[in-house]
Amino acid sequence: MSDRLAKPVPGVDIPPRPGQRTGTRFQRVLRTISLRQVSGGPRRAAGPGEVIFAAGFFGLSLLLLLLLPFQTDWLSRTKVFVQPRFWPAVAILAMLIFSGGHLLRALAAHPSGGAWDEIKGWLRPLEFALWFLAYVELVPWAGYLLSTILFTCALSWRLGYRSLRWMGVATLFALGTVLVFRSLLGVNIPSGGIYELLPPGGFRSFLMTRF
Amino acid sequence: MDMLLSGIGMLMHLDVLLALLIGSVGGVIIGAIPGVGPAVAIAILLPATFALPPLVGLVMLLGIYGSSMFGGALPAILINTPGTAVNALTTYDGHPMTRRGEALKALGLAYGASFGSGILSILALILLSPVLAKVAPMFGSKEIFLAALLGLVLVVIAHRGQALAAGMLAGFGVFLGTVGLEPLKYTQRFTFDQPWLASGFDLIVVVLGLFALSQAFLLLSGPEEAPDAKPIKGSMARAMRRTFGHKRLVAAGTGFGVLMGMIPGVGEFTAQFLSYTYAQKTSKTPDAFGNGSEEGLVASEAANNAVPAAAMIPLLALGIPGEALTAMMLSVFYVHNVIPGPQLFQGQIDFVYALYVAMILLNVIVVLFMMVSSNLLLKIIRIPTRFLGVMILTLSFVGVYSLRNSISDCIIAAVFGWIGLILKRQDLPPVPIILGLVLGGIMETKFRPAMARVEVFADFFQRPIAAFLGVAILALVVGHLAALRRQALERAEA
Repeated sequence: MSDRLAKPVPGVDIPPRPGQRTGTRFQRVLRTISLRQVSGGPRRAAGPGEVIFAAGFFGLSLLLLLLLPFQTDWLSRTKVFVQPRFWPAVAILAMLIFSGGHLLRALAAHPSGGAWDEIKGWLRPLEFALWFLAYVELVPWAGYLLSTILFTCALSWRLGYRSLRWMGVATLFALGTVLVFRSLLGVNIPSGGIYELLPPGGFRSFLMTRF
Repeated sequence: MDMLLSGIGMLMHLDVLLALLIGSVGGVIIGAIPGVGPAVAIAILLPATFALPPLVGLVMLLGIYGSSMFGGALPAILINTPGTAVNALTTYDGHPMTRRGEALKALGLAYGASFGSGILSILALILLSPVLAKVAPMFGSKEIFLAALLGLVLVVIAHRGQALAAGMLAGFGVFLGTVGLEPLKYTQRFTFDQPWLASGFDLIVVVLGLFALSQAFLLLSGPEEAPDAKPIKGSMARAMRRTFGHKRLVAAGTGFGVLMGMIPGVGEFTAQFLSYTYAQKTSKTPDAFGNGSEEGLVASEAANNAVPAAAMIPLLALGIPGEALTAMMLSVFYVHNVIPGPQLFQGQIDFVYALYVAMILLNVIVVLFMMVSSNLLLKIIRIPTRFLGVMILTLSFVGVYSLRNSISDCIIAAVFGWIGLILKRQDLPPVPIILGLVLGGIMETKFRPAMARVEVFADFFQRPIAAFLGVAILALVVGHLAALRRQALERAEA
């Protein structure tokens, strides 16, 4: 099995957060539900991240409440429930009340240390958000086909899939994606600027409309 | 009967049948890959279906929705990893059977129970449709508002042990729905004078971020693994026939699935829990549950596969989605100018029947596919997790960017992907955000006309359905608070 796995790459792995459940493979990755959770039994103790998240959400709710008069209108001679401010106010009050309760509950659970590790766990995947946005920026220039091949191969390389076999798999996957979505289903993706460099004619039009 | 035949006629077109085949088989494959799941797949494919005719697009997504749980049972039984979250209970009894060398029997029972309950639930709905056609028009603005509110209350209460977090996230979803141009007076709300916020947060962008991108980020940054499973030998058809020995449990699981599926915000987990508990309490061997019990496996799979058909009821009859997947379906309806609600049952009942018959066909296609392809699917399960992340990230681009070719949408999706990742690391559910976003919009739209002729509070509940829904909401809230108080007292005594 090990030969099919990517080589470990420093900087990609996230350490498990304190109190994180262990178990089989995807129990750390995929959110599943146990009978105990379904039946409403006690949850695990709150981790440090829970307090930070709850506090952040409570802070956001407070901020939105303070901004409410400046970001919504109150119209004269209009009933309360028709006011543009009415529903945002209801939503923000709900956020405030529930996040306040959630914060108190998280604090009461006496979380263990390790807050910084958990925050690092939140921040590290931002790298992949940047990869995604770079791909988004590349497509209008390099075209969907070339951008997708470059993106899948480069990201696979970054993750440790560096053999010729994996580069081939990544290229084939990119090609298949483009063929299904752009060539077959004709989804709305603009043709790349790179195709403008080709001499006018049928081949250029074909590439612009299909790839 | 004429309408049923008309509905069947609507399906008998090559493009519709092809879409059903692709959706059904695709759904099984997607369901079998742990870490993808139907929500991710539907979110990615949603914009691609906008160019298709309504029935073609809907049938394809319905195929994915209805068949993914079949596929999800495969890794749950063979490698103790549920393909979709709702197959988690299947691991309790399915995997111990595999360890005993009874993998074929376990798979046969799971597929047989899923198929039986899938067909029974759709038949129940076809029989119920005339009743729905009569009841649905009784829902005016007040009733739809209250039904949406009931959905929100249920989604909060259903997350037991996490109700505060679910309420906070549902509130956040409602808030997101209010951002942008307000629909009645056309004033800006929380746009901060930014043009890209004027049209608000698109449901598909938020869904893609919370489900697809977050899963990609999680897989890309998570531990690298790729499981192996032994090939299955023997006759799957013969193994499936063993399900006939558990007819009572299939019927009970279907009943629970239909009942729970119809109630917005409840869904598969509660249906499974009730079905599993019922099976255990009525079993002659209750101790075997959790250790490879055939009855436990049948009860779990029968309940979860009855839900998709039933979940279409509030969506089709009232335009109210009960969970994230039907919320996504709702946007497909809107894009194609098919407005779910009472008018759909009155004016286009043949369209509704076409969807039901499509669901029957998809069950048949899936079970035939599973009989011959289980070993083939084992190879797909072996995709390493990080490469799966690369695949999801690549496909997510199609879903987000093809909507409006907007880089702002992609940035918003990436932000929601990051929020979704934090939620997953915190064991917090993203579904309340989606339901808050959808149901909040419905509530705001319906609340204004509903209040038009209301002088005093009691006027709101004058009509019988409104009164019933009002009492149901009150009873649920009071019951939940009483349960919390009881738990607190028990903890204090302990």
